Amino acid sequence: MDWQGQKVVEQLMQILLVISGVVAVVVGYATESFRAMMLIYAGGVVLATLITVPNWPFYNHHPLKWLDPSEAEKHPKPQVVAKKRFSKK
Amino acid sequence: MHSFGYRANALLAFSVTALAFICAIASLSDNFSNQNPSAEIQILNINRFKKQSYENDEVSLTLDITADLESLFTWNTKQVFAFVAAEYETPKNSLNQVSLWDAIIPDKEHAKFRIQTSNKYRFIDQGHNLRGKEFNLTLHWHVMPKTGKMFADKIVMPGYSLPDAYK
Repeated sequence: MDWQGQKVVEQLMQILLVISGVVAVVVGYATESFRAMMLIYAGGVVLATLITVPNWPFYNHHPLKWLDPSEAEKHPKPQVVAKKRFSKK
Repeated sequence: MHSFGYRANALLAFSVTALAFICAIASLSDNFSNQNPSAEIQILNINRFKKQSYENDEVSLTLDITADLESLFTWNTKQVFAFVAAEYETPKNSLNQVSLWDAIIPDKEHAKFRIQTSNKYRFIDQGHNLRGKEFNLTLHWHVMPKTGKMFADKIVMPGYSLPDAYK
């Protein structure tokens, strides 16, 4: 999963869970059924798990572009230059 | 969020937090229900009224209990525990409570009832204060929710009295 995918997956997870929780409370209160509320929320959690936990191909559309090795050779690492140091008296 | 385990952990943590909020909302919604329970109790008969050999008074009664507790049930109610207590004052104690009968009401369909019963638990005074005693019969109830706060309330019915002599 790439960086963009990780950001999307976190937002998607929170939105799905909050929406399923709100729907569960509203439906449960309207139908006076605690059981309906729990089942709807459980369904929402299962759906969110299926959508956000596996590494779907959808989350890999923005791969990181690394430089070619040849490019790296043109820009060598800066070397540490030895300096003369004054010793403490 | 880079690995399967991290995503599963984040989802579990967030979903349990949201579940706690949902349960809190369900508990809070109980405060907005209209409760108008009613109850009426008649004493049909004093079956026995005697002084025990070790100086306690004991009474056996037959009660006719009519109650409508349907309005106590909301979507978040698991069950209701109801009990009838005799409450009276003696020189030693300002409030004596003796439980005479109780019941667990499992659902709304059983919350409107009429029952004629002798006292389920013995009505004994620690002393001999019951002759001619005025007392209240109080219907207490505890509403046990599926989640959240438990509610308790009562209906006090005054004006009952015991006979002046043992029988």
